[in-house]
Amino acid sequence: MRLTRRRLLATGGPALALPFLGREARAQGTGRVVVVGGGFGGATAARALAALGHEVTLVERQPTYWTCPFSNAVLAGLSPMEAIAFGYDALRAGGLTVVEGEAQGIDPERREVRLGDGALPYDRLVLSPGIDLRFDALPGYDEAAAEVMPHAWKAGPQTELLRRQIEAMEDGGVVAIAVPENPFRCPPGPYERASLIAHYLKAQKPRSKILILDAKDAFSKRPLFEEAWAALYPGLIEWVPVSLGGKVVGVDPGTMTLRTDFAEHRVAVANVIPPQRAGTIATAAEVADATGWCPVSPETFESALVPGIHVIGDACLAGAMPKSAFSANAQAKVAAQAIDALLRGGTPGPSKLINTCYSLAAPDYGFTVAGVYQPSDGALAEVEGAGGTSPLGAPAAVRAAEADYARAWYGTITAEAFG
Amino acid sequence: MRAFAIALAGLATSAPAQEAPSGALSCTGCHALGAEAAMPLGGRSAEEIAAALAAYREGTREATVMDRIARGFTAEESQAIAQWLADHAAKE
Repeated sequence: MRLTRRRLLATGGPALALPFLGREARAQGTGRVVVVGGGFGGATAARALAALGHEVTLVERQPTYWTCPFSNAVLAGLSPMEAIAFGYDALRAGGLTVVEGEAQGIDPERREVRLGDGALPYDRLVLSPGIDLRFDALPGYDEAAAEVMPHAWKAGPQTELLRRQIEAMEDGGVVAIAVPENPFRCPPGPYERASLIAHYLKAQKPRSKILILDAKDAFSKRPLFEEAWAALYPGLIEWVPVSLGGKVVGVDPGTMTLRTDFAEHRVAVANVIPPQRAGTIATAAEVADATGWCPVSPETFESALVPGIHVIGDACLAGAMPKSAFSANAQAKVAAQAIDALLRGGTPGPSKLINTCYSLAAPDYGFTVAGVYQPSDGALAEVEGAGGTSPLGAPAAVRAAEADYARAWYGTITAEAFG
Repeated sequence: MRAFAIALAGLATSAPAQEAPSGALSCTGCHALGAEAAMPLGGRSAEEIAAALAAYREGTREATVMDRIARGFTAEESQAIAQWLADHAAKE
């Protein structure tokens, strides 16, 4: 099936009667934009570009998207899976086409995305493929091993699997979390995960332990997490940095063993977060470099390697911006505005972006790291004097307020991305 | 979503010179422009928003994270963002 412009218009459904769709400019300077990937970056970009009057097709493999944000709350039994599940009906209703399928490859000369059964032409392409887990990077850890030692670093069935394992574990068991080197999706995520699992264990299985085996000697918001752990879960969480032998160098799912250079840890539950790279389509499109991630313009998020392709979200190398849902959403809107300018023959304006990452140490105990970013020497750099983490030693009311804001942020950003 | 569509509607109906000022697009990840949202900006005037940003920037208004964010913007940038947010929020 070849999706022609006419066909796209025919399948796109009636556009919402939003005031801007009727504007004169719609006839000229708009274009066909294909967006690959329906996470925070892709869904936001698709909606923004459609709202700007372009003909947008979103390609996404799955009918349901489970968000990584708040998936740690599911692991801790604080939320059901439905609370983190989103579909694409609101996008369809907003006048863009959603194709459930997998982008197999890109032809940057003909400007086409190849699907299993056809091709989608584009004037501009947005790739927001998220991450691929590297099943070639950690000896013993392949896709089959992930069914025994879940990564749960893409939310969905893996989240449910890890939740079931934690629920089934006997009191006194050890839950291990193996953390890779930087860069990876959601730098504070493993430590929020440890916190919220500890919240569950403390109440339900208080003789149990959490062992964080880390390939790093530092981590995001470390003083805040350690302050929270000492206050909320004393003795429950042990963090082993790489310098003390924390890096997992091999796993054996048959014996539930995690191997470091110094020891073998046999555990009841093993959450192995492996090294990562940009989603497969980025490699196929040749927009990923030797690091496995995608260098982009800090103004437009256009690939530094292939013109006409913009890469946003976890897959891109966004300088100092961390790989977060907040970043992906902010990048999507900047890229959409830049693409709109380019398609209308204009020049994209300067870019400036914000990231804020909330972490929960407990349902009523939250804190943040924030940053403001602008281009400097060809990459996004932090604006000096801004950003940073919540203060240490803050009163409980401040932690509770940030936990409330975390939930409010989640409601707002998921509404902006998915409707 | 409505607020988001409206914010971007503003982008689309404005002349290129009036596109969202630097940094403004990041705001709506937390602050939906509708009055029904959490952390709403709906109904706030540009003056109110600019004054809040200035107070956060100078550390004279109690904050959790907005002080750390506001310090990343100059007075001129903050003013432009406040105007843009107010223009789009006002349409709700």
